[in-house]
Amino acid sequence: MRAGASDLPIRFESVSVGTRGVTMLDRITLLIEAGPPTVLIGPNGSGKTTLLRTAMGLVRPTQGRITWGGAEKSPPVQRAIVFQRPAMLRRSVSGNLSYALSTARIPRRTERINELLSMVGLDGLGKRPARRLSGGEQQRLALARALARDPAVLLLDEPTASLDPASTKTIEDIISAIAVSGIKVVIATHDLGEARRIGGEIVLLHHGRVIERAGATEFLNAPKADEAKAFLAGELLV
Amino acid sequence: MHSDSALELIFTGDPALLEIVRLSLIVSLSAVAIAAFVGIPLGALVALNRFSGREGVIVLLNTLMGLPPVVAGLAVYLLLSRSGPLGSLGLIFTPTAMIIAQTVLVIPIIAALTRQTIEDLWDEYREELTAMNVRVFRRVTTLIWDGRFSLVVTLLAGFGRAAAEVGAIIIVGGNINGYTRTMTTAIALETSKGDLSLAMGLGAVLIAIVIIVNTLAWSVRRAGEKMAG
Amino acid sequence: MTPRGRFFVLIRSLLIVAAIATTLATQTAAQDKSIVVASTTSTQDSGLFGYLLPIFKQKTGIDVKVVAQGTGQALDTARRGDADVVLVHAKAAEEEFVAEGFGVKRYPVMYNDFVLIGPQHDPAGVKGKDIMAALQTIKAKSAPFISRGDRSGTNIAEISFWKDAGIDITKDNGAWYKEIGQGMGAALNTASALNAYVLSDRGTWLAFKNRNELAIVVEGDKRLFNQYGVILVNPAKHPNVRKDLGQQFVDWLVSTEGQDAIGRYKINGQQLFYPNAKDPNA
Repeated sequence: MRAGASDLPIRFESVSVGTRGVTMLDRITLLIEAGPPTVLIGPNGSGKTTLLRTAMGLVRPTQGRITWGGAEKSPPVQRAIVFQRPAMLRRSVSGNLSYALSTARIPRRTERINELLSMVGLDGLGKRPARRLSGGEQQRLALARALARDPAVLLLDEPTASLDPASTKTIEDIISAIAVSGIKVVIATHDLGEARRIGGEIVLLHHGRVIERAGATEFLNAPKADEAKAFLAGELLV
Repeated sequence: MHSDSALELIFTGDPALLEIVRLSLIVSLSAVAIAAFVGIPLGALVALNRFSGREGVIVLLNTLMGLPPVVAGLAVYLLLSRSGPLGSLGLIFTPTAMIIAQTVLVIPIIAALTRQTIEDLWDEYREELTAMNVRVFRRVTTLIWDGRFSLVVTLLAGFGRAAAEVGAIIIVGGNINGYTRTMTTAIALETSKGDLSLAMGLGAVLIAIVIIVNTLAWSVRRAGEKMAG
Repeated sequence: MTPRGRFFVLIRSLLIVAAIATTLATQTAAQDKSIVVASTTSTQDSGLFGYLLPIFKQKTGIDVKVVAQGTGQALDTARRGDADVVLVHAKAAEEEFVAEGFGVKRYPVMYNDFVLIGPQHDPAGVKGKDIMAALQTIKAKSAPFISRGDRSGTNIAEISFWKDAGIDITKDNGAWYKEIGQGMGAALNTASALNAYVLSDRGTWLAFKNRNELAIVVEGDKRLFNQYGVILVNPAKHPNVRKDLGQQFVDWLVSTEGQDAIGRYKINGQQLFYPNAKDPNA
């Protein structure tokens, strides 16, 4: 874990993000603190991806402000993100990890690379060109790349959305292990089952607004808001 | 080198013919090397920066890819002529002038194609590299490295253009026997003298060289694809 | 990239280019006992330089670099200071060149002759010894005729022959008269392909290989003589002119040795150029 000032808590203060008449986030006020995973759920277009990107610092609020550990500007040194469709660098698997380490100014030791490969179950694939991996393998590599940077916060945007059940399970297990090891996980998913399996706290988004926020078990068994109930019943589609 | 059969000259390694081939390669390869030094950073610069007039620059680069060689030759001639602004360099009618003229022709090709390659690659990598907090200079080198195979093809295109042209180098070089005569200018000369068989022999050598260079670059590309996917 | 970063990349690139260029430039300048002679394509195509220059180099160690263009172009190249010596065959243009101050002095060197070339079976019926009659016939019958149209010595001579035959060819021509704007070899190639008539210098014709059905149809007319002159470019106008080396070349051409060498040059056993440096009227 990185020493020095922390990125946590990530504080959204009435943050809006919108372009050309389309509002993606609507006056979001939210505190992401150290602890168990924060799971973002909601229908398509509800703003999950935008929220993650804003939390990463890739998107600037059009209104309101966001701070990381109290600081308004924080380069993405202590946090890492895994995109829904991660881009593979035109290098080998090890090459991708090596790149992630060096851009994070971490020594590129072979042992560390092998360790990371093990963590995500890609042992032995070090020399393969990254672009030749299967979808699930690429997602795991993206995860390893993010972990290589030794982040305090790990953001994941629907990491299992395009994967088969076996790969999904593998990745979820890895994520749970990561959460247990002390890294703050913030994950967006549209899969309620996944939300339950990962646990922690759940934040329901709809039309760019936070509808409800509660511990996983509590939310899933006894949602309060109408939209929450509708969502759990599978009736909140858009 | 007169009209013994062209094949005889080739197989006996006639020194005059070898000198012509040597000069052709030196001129075109030097031009591509210099053009790469200037054109690749230039292309990357345009690809990665937003500035007013950017669209115009891109259109200009693309247009200059088709700059007629004789026009480039004329422009360089006027610059390097003793009566011109750079006349005191004494470069007119020398191989250096030919290199300069061909560099002028090749820079737009390399810059325009590099811009396209880097821009496409940047579209793909932008989010990841931004999320990894990669510094600006490192971004450029990463894109150039990851795009190296397309860039090799670009250099090839530049070499093809340089090796094939005659208009620019004949104007600034003067087609001086034994000094500024290359394969293309020799072919032009022999054709105009009516010595077609010699011209065809030279043409065959030229095509053979271009094929060899292309094959080498193709193998480099295949090897690279195996390595990096 | 920040504006500063951009600036440095550009500067770095320009410096590299400049460094390479200067290295190459100083290399070429440092080399050498050499001069640039602007001459004509027909002289070059005749092979005369291939014969003469090694003799000159052996004697003086001077490399002669010949840039072969049309006469008009050659004189212009010299006017710009891009040549040290001029060797062409258009007396009036040469004298004008000297009068303008671009040349030091004109020396006659040699002459060869023009020949009228045409299809062997001579469809226009111009065979003979009279160039004027031939040209008049060609015009009268609208027989296809190729003109170099490039301000070369040959071109200037051609136009003056038409004039002497009473025809202002620049104004009074038709589709049969084709100006190609290129050198003698190209003109012969075109005539060969089109079975047309063309005026050529004997040297280029003798060395020309792509004859098909072409042959000489008119020769020997005294009016077809073609006089060559050599001029040192005036260093007063262009200080970079290598006047000592250039003067050596001029001197050699008109010397007994040079004149003999010119007379010895033959194609297929036939002499091409007749040295006449001593002729006061040349």
